[in-house]
Amino acid sequence: MRVSILGAGVAGLCAAHVLAARGMDVVLCDDGRAGASTLAGGMIAPWCEAEVAPQVLERGKTALDWWVARVPGVARRGTLVLATGRDRGELTRFAARTLGHQSVAAGDLEPALADRFDQALFFADEGHLDPVKALAHLRQGLPLAPNPRQGDVIVDCRGIAARDQLPLRAVRGEMLVLHAPDINLSRPIRLLHPRWPLYVVPRGDGIFMLGATMLESDDPGPVTARSVIDLLNAAYALHPAFAEARVLKTGAGLRPAFADNLPRVERWGGVWHLNGLYRHGFLLAPVLAQELADALIGGMAHAD
Amino acid sequence: MQVYGTKVKTPLFLGTARYPSPAILLQAIQTAQAEVITVSLRREGAGGGAFRDLLAQSGARVLPNTAGCHSVAEAITTARMAREVFQTDWLKLEVIGNADSLQPDVFQTVQAAKVLCAEGFKVFPYTTDDLIVGERLLEAGCQVLMPWGAPIGTCQGLRNPDALRAMRAHFPGVPLIVDAGIGAPSHAAQVMEMGFDGVLTNTAVALAGDPVAMAGALAGAVGAGQAAYHAGIVAPRDMAEPSTPVFGLAVLG
Repeated sequence: MRVSILGAGVAGLCAAHVLAARGMDVVLCDDGRAGASTLAGGMIAPWCEAEVAPQVLERGKTALDWWVARVPGVARRGTLVLATGRDRGELTRFAARTLGHQSVAAGDLEPALADRFDQALFFADEGHLDPVKALAHLRQGLPLAPNPRQGDVIVDCRGIAARDQLPLRAVRGEMLVLHAPDINLSRPIRLLHPRWPLYVVPRGDGIFMLGATMLESDDPGPVTARSVIDLLNAAYALHPAFAEARVLKTGAGLRPAFADNLPRVERWGGVWHLNGLYRHGFLLAPVLAQELADALIGGMAHAD
Repeated sequence: MQVYGTKVKTPLFLGTARYPSPAILLQAIQTAQAEVITVSLRREGAGGGAFRDLLAQSGARVLPNTAGCHSVAEAITTARMAREVFQTDWLKLEVIGNADSLQPDVFQTVQAAKVLCAEGFKVFPYTTDDLIVGERLLEAGCQVLMPWGAPIGTCQGLRNPDALRAMRAHFPGVPLIVDAGIGAPSHAAQVMEMGFDGVLTNTAVALAGDPVAMAGALAGAVGAGQAAYHAGIVAPRDMAEPSTPVFGLAVLG
């Protein structure tokens, strides 16, 4: 089967990788513009995400193994979830809504947080990766084409750009990249807060990615001052040395989401779509790509 | 409740922020049979069209709010934008005085209410339980007041039931809707038992383990509290009062 895949974000690259591995003749068609995937946290955290989306847990459990088997540099060091003393109730609530965690003192796992957060939740089976590096690695060796080939099965993985075809809405997210060589953290930290939740993902060499806002908006413009203030305030509450960090990058992108915020594979107007990844791109793209492959192979068998 | 000439049958107003998904929000609105939902605009700007289209599917009337505004000027700008975006002159006016406690700045709220009422907005002001502030808001042209139960998002229930009771007594005939601080159905029922006209809540539903079920529970509680108020609640007393008279009972054995 010949397949042209539109879009080379995490959805398109996972689809291309899986379909090629299943023996299909795949080309990637991409305009080269950086999409939302490059701004992602890259946390493979199905247990944490199940707090608001319990449906992602079962589907996301295999994602970490999938990434470890295919790209270098994937860390399996778990996730640490914290709250400041005043928001201790948030930690209790989070613990009640999730599975797969144990109570720890944050400093036992991350000495940089010793004496600052006596209570924390540790989700040992989670991991993280660097989205830009992971995507570049997946892309290696995949054939590119400027346009879909004549007669190919079309798989549309263009994220929010496909909203003219699908009932998608944009959920704006904003992020920062900081250089804070004074701080040593080895795993993603989630700081719970009712208004300003924050996650910090270590990228190595003192580089940290901070995210992410969630706004019901399709405005792709630069990060707002308020969002920067909110993210940095939360980071400062996590560790005061973030105040001296250098801001290397700010980013704003549009997450594609269906009304139920759950990603899916759909056939629509003769075209296959893998979309609506919302905040679950790196977590669910691998399993969605496999669902897509099953559907294509099943459809082919049916046609025979 | 009759507010600005419109009859609202369901006294439970729902906020629309922080639900797990718009699909769950729509189910919650439907389960609660909410007729009025509030929507923020300050941070989302005009770019939230897709979300607003989903909200429109609920059939509920939109009460745009000025959440996130800290000054008269910001609130007025947001209100004018909301009128255009949502095609309504209803407006929930919030002018926040402190970013941490989210307590309303009642002085700026009164000022903004004056301007907005004069521009033809039907203003629903978020305020404290202060009676004189309430009077000033009515003088400004508001025909409804929205006193807090507790600070926004705290789910504490009614911090000062006596003050709310005094407010109810002080403003007979004025629609009063308790906004903010409701955490559980019992809080909502308590508000309605005191004779308030409605309850607005967001966090208690949106962050519940099952928001749709919680929307139903709150709707039931609001209905029960309202029915109890109209039925006439028996005041507590400090001595036992047997349902059967003691005097005249046969003494056996």
